[in-house]
Amino acid sequence: MELLDPTAESAPIARQGAPRLAAIEGGTIGLLDISKPRGDVFLDRLAELLAARNVTVRRYLKPTHARPASADLRSQIAGECDAVVEALAD
Amino acid sequence: MSRLAELDDGFLVVVKSDCETCQMVEPVLGAMSARTGVAIASQDDPSFPTGLKVIDDTALGLSWDLQTETTPTLYRIEKGKVVESATGWNREEWQRLTGIEGLGTGLPASRPGCGSKIFEPGTFERLNARSGGLRARRVIVAPAVDPFEAMMSLGWSDGLPVVPPTEDRVQRMLEGTSHDPAEIVCVMAPDLVECTVEKVAINAVIAGCKPEYLPVVLAGCEAVATDLFNIHGVAATTQFAGPVLIVNGPIRLELQMNSGINALGPGNRANATIGRAVNLVVRNLGGARPGGVDRSTLGSPAKWSLCFAEDEEGSPWEPLSIERGMAEGVSAVSAFAGHGPHEIVDQASRDAASLASSFAAQLRSVGHPKLMGFLDALVVVAPEHARVFTDSGWDKPRLRNELTERLTFDGDDVVRGAGGIAEGMPQHRVQPRMTKFRPDGLWFAHAGGTAGMFSGIISGWTGGPRGSQMATVSIDNWK
Repeated sequence: MELLDPTAESAPIARQGAPRLAAIEGGTIGLLDISKPRGDVFLDRLAELLAARNVTVRRYLKPTHARPASADLRSQIAGECDAVVEALAD
Repeated sequence: MSRLAELDDGFLVVVKSDCETCQMVEPVLGAMSARTGVAIASQDDPSFPTGLKVIDDTALGLSWDLQTETTPTLYRIEKGKVVESATGWNREEWQRLTGIEGLGTGLPASRPGCGSKIFEPGTFERLNARSGGLRARRVIVAPAVDPFEAMMSLGWSDGLPVVPPTEDRVQRMLEGTSHDPAEIVCVMAPDLVECTVEKVAINAVIAGCKPEYLPVVLAGCEAVATDLFNIHGVAATTQFAGPVLIVNGPIRLELQMNSGINALGPGNRANATIGRAVNLVVRNLGGARPGGVDRSTLGSPAKWSLCFAEDEEGSPWEPLSIERGMAEGVSAVSAFAGHGPHEIVDQASRDAASLASSFAAQLRSVGHPKLMGFLDALVVVAPEHARVFTDSGWDKPRLRNELTERLTFDGDDVVRGAGGIAEGMPQHRVQPRMTKFRPDGLWFAHAGGTAGMFSGIISGWTGGPRGSQMATVSIDNWK
């Protein structure tokens, strides 16, 4: 369906990224393991580095990399974290 | 989409009653109509030819799509396309095209037609501009996506569902005005965006308006965008107000607007969608979004829609638009920065003095009982209260004077701290006697059901040149 834009067209239609964080220190960052092999190795090291910079780290796990994260999990991460890092290791 | 595509295969004759050749062939059209599938489109009078089913093409959309140069023109249509045509009256050609023998035997063999209405000065330009296409950005919604959800995600809505603004719907909406879609209606704050007729029409579509409401929506936008009304301040304030629209004049009846039972409530499409469309223009074009420039602490339903018609027929008083300087018989919309209503319940007063005292007691509370000359108000007087004033022989100026008298207080009583209430008039602004409303800060309109001794106060925002003043504009200019 083609629609006519009712706005002043001052913003692009495509979805914009979320605002970037000014700093990570003191914030909460989620690490999402998508269950790809050795993703945990990458995330474990990342967790160490983040902890050293005074970042609270929360770990999350997708049961399978073959399916998108569930709405509940996405909502949980959005509610608990300022940002998320997703490990795509293999 | 071309209007031609909607026609069945067969014959179409474009005529106008103001054409001697068309008048001459009237019996031929009757004969053809009896014999075969023939459609007749009239450019100027759908009751011509008499007794036949006629397509109303007074808007000239069909004639424009056909680029009809002459009336009458006989077309043979197949699958939405013209395959053959004959202009003016020519028996031989008409017989060959239709396959009907003996057409118009009593008539001359041929007669030239008349000029088509689409080429009349002014009309051609208008139609040409319109067919030049709409300029708004196209937003493609993928087939798997629900357009209603997409529009919500795009931020086009006030929170309620909106109608998808397809080109067909917007083109139909534009039929509601003779103005060019590219014409600038107003510059809308806070983003100071030039609002075209087309953009306002798109917002009228998403609000749920019918095309005939469009002139009121256009006038409403013009009114709120005036310096007088100051939509920037109204939208940005932490206070409650939104653009309240009061409609006067013949258009109220043409659009079947509600000025009776539940006039300030839901249930009438025109009341609901006209007010909503203007608010959506303020949001989508002006850029005043709640939490953005709109900083209202609590907001109010007036920011969705608070639009009603005055009950002029039942009113003992002159209509608001006349008081506001518009001529009689002119349709007009007045924009008032307000919210509410806050009720006046008085079921016991049978004389005007008593009822006016009730009005004054409630009106004192607008904003705060100790704030004077600050917030305006519009009182919607319902029939049973209006009757009490009329029975006592009070007209509108008398009521305003009596209320002003009752709403004038000693400065000592309204100064900050008086009565143990910190709020009130700052010491440096206190005068010996202080009046609640500015000289043009108290307005009246007549509306409501005939049962109920109630009136409604629509509380205003900061009045006067420092805030918002009522703005009244002609709707007829936007037809």
